[in-house]
Amino acid sequence: MTRKRRRLMVVLLGGLVLATAAVLVLTAFEDNIVFFHTPTDIATKPDLPKERRLRVGGLVKQGSWKKAADGLTHRFFVTDLTHEIRVSYKGIVPDLFREGQGVVVEGLLQPDRSFRADEVLAKHDENYMPKEVAEALKKSGQWKGDAPAAAK
Amino acid sequence: MLHRFANPTRFLRLANAVLPWLTGITVLLIATGIYFAFAASPPDYQQGQTVRIMYVHVPSAWMAMFAYAFIAVASAVGLIWKHPVAHVCALAAAPVGACFTLICLTTGSLWGKPMWGTWWVWDARLTSVLILFFLYLAFIALANAFDDASRGEKASAVLALVGSVILPVIKFSVDWWNTLHQPASVTKVGMPSIDASMLTPLMLMALGFTTLFFVLVIIRTRSELAARRVNALRSARIHAETGELETSPATGGKQS
Repeated sequence: MTRKRRRLMVVLLGGLVLATAAVLVLTAFEDNIVFFHTPTDIATKPDLPKERRLRVGGLVKQGSWKKAADGLTHRFFVTDLTHEIRVSYKGIVPDLFREGQGVVVEGLLQPDRSFRADEVLAKHDENYMPKEVAEALKKSGQWKGDAPAAAK
Repeated sequence: MLHRFANPTRFLRLANAVLPWLTGITVLLIATGIYFAFAASPPDYQQGQTVRIMYVHVPSAWMAMFAYAFIAVASAVGLIWKHPVAHVCALAAAPVGACFTLICLTTGSLWGKPMWGTWWVWDARLTSVLILFFLYLAFIALANAFDDASRGEKASAVLALVGSVILPVIKFSVDWWNTLHQPASVTKVGMPSIDASMLTPLMLMALGFTTLFFVLVIIRTRSELAARRVNALRSARIHAETGELETSPATGGKQS
């Protein structure tokens, strides 16, 4: 075996070991690297910490968004189309916030299983198109954007 | 084939021939890309004008990863086959890649504030790109940390190879974990979920950034090779001069 060959082997073997280690670490992290929990997680996993801040992500349920008279207090449901959770929030919502839109809310789970958020982030989807195209899609019935939420 | 370009002189001859053409193409691509990005493309149906940040953000994110892959491959070639130009290329690409990463992080933050409602979140995608930025800095620092340049090259090459684990993590972070960052649009299986009128400026900018990367790497490699040559000539001269000084008193001593 020439020295060149040996160096190649060392690099390849090192890469293999490293890749295996990375895969193992990442699978072990699987549940811990989530940025937010879904309403289904909240409903089905009772062991989620009640005292700790957590994030819940999903769609703002169609027809559920109510703004109080002060213009700052928002009430809405966050749904993942299986389960939903009632959210209250006092503050300014981001530009993209609307019914059917993906959001991530951060705050505390209340004893009555509702959620009090102190931060609301809008989640943008991966669709980019001009306004005219969006309207044409909606007209032709091929719209996929917020269709599932609208159907509910 | 690779061995032909391991020779610095041959590399320089090729680089000098390619560079003017590549520079011209880069200027043309980025100029038309900017025209399409700012004038000839429509605002997004949800984001409005803010979508235009994407035409800088996404190509620089791609280049941040491409530059790191380039460094990793060059480092492997340098470690295994001991090509003298490979390490120089890797070092030349590192600050360029770090800049692309910084541009990606900054523009992403500027987009995030109006769209998400926050400058920064610690989700898997954003955090892994920040780690990539630190890897670039570590690579540059490690390469320059040794008095003996070849030891620095070797150490930083190993770091580059180890660090390349981050690339698949960045790419698939949006699929493996739920993140605030949206999943991929262009490389989505099936129909890309981005309209043709917006794909045009994106692709022009991406191509322009790619050629820009190679232009910068060639220029930086060329100047590094020149700097090494100057150093070698200078130290050869100093050796010759001190050699003379050392011998003359000795001979003088014998005469007296």
